[in-house]
Amino acid sequence: MINRREFIKANAIAAAAAVAGVSVPSLASNLITSSDITKLKWDKAPCRFCGTGCSVNVGVMDGKVVATHGDIKSPVNKGLNCVKGYFLSKIMYGKDRLTQPLLRMTNGKYDKQGEFAPVSWDKAFDVMAEKAKATLNKSGPEAVGMFGSGQWTVQEGYAAVKLMKAGFRTNNIDPNARHCMASAVGGFMRTFGIDEPMGCYDDLEAADAFVLWGSNMAEMHPILWTRLTDRRLSAPHVKVAVLSTFEHRSFDLADNGMVFTPQTDLAILNFIANYIIQTDRVNKDFVNKHTNFRLGETDIGYGLRPEHPLEQVAKNNGKTAGSSTEIDFDTYAKFVSTYTAEYTAKLSGVPVHKLEALAELYADPKIKVTSFWTMGFNQHTRGVWANNLAYNIHLLTGKISTPGNSPFSLTGQPSACGTAREVGTFSHRLPADLVVTNPKHRATAEKIWNLPSGTVPAKPGYHAALQNRMLKDGKLNFYWVQCNNNMQAAANINEEAYPGYRNPENFIVVSDPYPTVTAQAADLILPTAMWVEKEGVYGNAERRTQSWYQMVEAPTGAKSDLWQLVEFSKRFKVEDVWPEELIAKKPDVRGKTLFDVLYKDASVGNFSLDEIPKDRLNHESRDFGFYIQKGLFEEYASFGRGHGHDLAPYDRYHQERGLRWPVVNGKETQWRFKEGSDPYVKPGSGWDFYGHKDGRAIIFALPYEPPAESPDDEYDLWLSTGRVLEHWHSGSMTQRVPELYKSMPDALVYMHPDDAKARNMRRGDLVKLISRRGEVQTRVETRGRNKPPIGLVYMPWFDASRLVNKVTLDATDPLSKQTDYKKCAIKIVKV
Amino acid sequence: MKNLNIKSAITNLLAVSLLTVISISFTVVAADKLEINTVATLRDHTEIDTQKEPNRIYKVVNKDIKQGRNYPMQPPIIPHTIRGYEVNRNNNKCMSCHSRHRTEKSQAPMVSVTHYMDRDGNFLADVSPRRYFCNQCHVIQLDAEPLIENSFIDMNSLMKSKTVNTDQH
Repeated sequence: MINRREFIKANAIAAAAAVAGVSVPSLASNLITSSDITKLKWDKAPCRFCGTGCSVNVGVMDGKVVATHGDIKSPVNKGLNCVKGYFLSKIMYGKDRLTQPLLRMTNGKYDKQGEFAPVSWDKAFDVMAEKAKATLNKSGPEAVGMFGSGQWTVQEGYAAVKLMKAGFRTNNIDPNARHCMASAVGGFMRTFGIDEPMGCYDDLEAADAFVLWGSNMAEMHPILWTRLTDRRLSAPHVKVAVLSTFEHRSFDLADNGMVFTPQTDLAILNFIANYIIQTDRVNKDFVNKHTNFRLGETDIGYGLRPEHPLEQVAKNNGKTAGSSTEIDFDTYAKFVSTYTAEYTAKLSGVPVHKLEALAELYADPKIKVTSFWTMGFNQHTRGVWANNLAYNIHLLTGKISTPGNSPFSLTGQPSACGTAREVGTFSHRLPADLVVTNPKHRATAEKIWNLPSGTVPAKPGYHAALQNRMLKDGKLNFYWVQCNNNMQAAANINEEAYPGYRNPENFIVVSDPYPTVTAQAADLILPTAMWVEKEGVYGNAERRTQSWYQMVEAPTGAKSDLWQLVEFSKRFKVEDVWPEELIAKKPDVRGKTLFDVLYKDASVGNFSLDEIPKDRLNHESRDFGFYIQKGLFEEYASFGRGHGHDLAPYDRYHQERGLRWPVVNGKETQWRFKEGSDPYVKPGSGWDFYGHKDGRAIIFALPYEPPAESPDDEYDLWLSTGRVLEHWHSGSMTQRVPELYKSMPDALVYMHPDDAKARNMRRGDLVKLISRRGEVQTRVETRGRNKPPIGLVYMPWFDASRLVNKVTLDATDPLSKQTDYKKCAIKIVKV
Repeated sequence: MKNLNIKSAITNLLAVSLLTVISISFTVVAADKLEINTVATLRDHTEIDTQKEPNRIYKVVNKDIKQGRNYPMQPPIIPHTIRGYEVNRNNNKCMSCHSRHRTEKSQAPMVSVTHYMDRDGNFLADVSPRRYFCNQCHVIQLDAEPLIENSFIDMNSLMKSKTVNTDQH
């Protein structure tokens, strides 16, 4: 290393060499000051990563993204980003970006056992259409399916729902948000009758206490964590309680940190309810006016294959699993009375004084309390219950929908709310909380889509875990995966996903900007444009809808998911996919393509290219001949306007740093269900939970039930999986950013030093994690940011070379169908 | 001696760009016949149902040499180990070197002025609590070689190429 003086000397010589050499710059300085050269074109976009929904300023020069930073004008992040967000500039520039479709072939023809070779888009769509039509002819629409994403734009999700549910007439479309938010949706629908949080991020500056239920916000929602830290450290009366099955970074700020035995969060929640009742701090006025009590069905199974022994013994794992009966307050009080501090402490391993300090944050009427949770509750075989039980304690105390009083379900993905939930890309849903099982809801969709009655099938399709099982069983044969990496993300890939994708009866298409593990398992890979290479809309965890323009061209050959969906629809005549009796109800569709019927001739096609600002790129619209992103958004928005899901006109989102729905008379809504803040609340009611007809939220009596799999003599450790700060999900973008890769290159298994010692292991040792389903190798980590208790290990899933989901169990919540990634039994042996 | 260094640096640069040209043309030729495992770029070309032996745990780069930034707003990388550094409710070890009143002694870079601003842009007397947890933005580097090259272009290179082009007219 040279010192400063040597450096200056060397520079002087370099300058002299430059003068003597070929290039003689006219600028007599090492600083370029000419404004036409230094000028960057800045524009706003939501961050590509988590559900926080930070706004980012993106700097473009010569068609390349050259800089990004936190948007100072955004109320979400006010100029901040986390380390991933600060490196957004580099996510599109990994050297192995895909630029041509790749098809498995032998001797120039498609062959499932062949090797990937480049083909034209035309050839790719030819083969795809041929496979889809063959499947439709042979096995009908139920053999066609799609796995989408909470990272799709709103428009992409909506275009996909239309193509699958109306075009191909199958409900076999589900998003990866099933792994992430389905239990939260179930919780909202059950307690409130309408999806998504009532509060907003402004709660962070108003609360006196925060409780993190299983959530590690310090790593998974870093910018919300900075807001929480700001509040805690600048207002010393504020308290932070953190609950988890192992100690992690969020414990660094905890006034009351609690490590509990997996699954016993259910008991702790019921204990708090009992404590509120026993100490006579129920807000009786609120409870009498605004709530009902119900007793939920129990012993509901674990969402495994029906032949699994656990499903054989479960009494109520059928259609009645979600049912409940009306009870009164006294019955409820008696129900939770078994959850005493002593019983709960014994079950959970959390000492009585800590449990009571926690309960006091809820019970004390003077404390404004905000609860946060994400995957700890949602990835849980009783995930919907956990969500219900959290609402119980906020409802018993009336601590809801006012600034700082907030049961807040955080979202994992950038548009899990906007795309997966609001658009309804789930196998049972339609836009704006409508469901396929309700004939009125189907009729609404068919009317907006101007399609004949009976187009949308009534039977819910295959959800995420079921899709992999059905692929394996050969029931789902044409399958398109967009904007996710499910061969790395799905649980138990060894027994389900991998044999499913490679089943010779199936044709698997994977669209991705990069060659992922899922792409590796595919038959056809489609190169995909990403983030600011296209125009789109995302919806974040506080109901904030944010749009962005296309800012740069995608690499030649890569096309957005939207373009792929809509272009593919041109390959199908209505006659290819609909039965004659359906066509006969609307004869003018005869001879038309799905592109005509679903997009161009529908209200999607109503907006001309003139509405796109001249200086804006918009590859898809200019290709299709109309402003398709606006058309899709406006048609989708018509589902929710006037029904509690109002969105502003599309163009306004390009002007704003997002708006929180419902947007009524041009004004966004901060706290739903509260008079004075939410325009949908009946005047004089105070609170109005209008998702239910009687305006009341439901307090559910639900018990603790054991997890699907617990450690035993042979498989003697709990395994929890999850994410890390430095990588987004499966790492397909962030592992290609050198600085992020080098900060966290490999997924290690975090272990208690005594657990390692007992197995004669040391930090860095090569080990095998083995479950009843599979095994994965990695290295032991006994220090660092995660400190598991004895008996539990943690391994993140971002690492494509160490697939921890070969080991995990695909048990799901029978109500939400969401997989529990937080608990299964394993053993660890030295290699 | 210095001259020699510069010359060898230029030679190295030329060699690198030549190599790039060669590898590009190689990719074009190879594209007709992609091996099945060419797709597994993050898996070291390993089939899904198998696994290569995981590498050792990498060591933290601890040389205290500043690394350049990709753009002015990028949070600088931490060029040293932070093992055992406590940053919690009661203590922030990073600030014992990087805060304004410690840098004279430590000779460590002072945290950016932005770190003294609250949510609304007002300057505070000390580091803002919203910037309290340093490792949300600043990360260490391990001695691993990136698996995949990144072709991000620094705005400086783009600008320089423009000044050269202007001169040639």
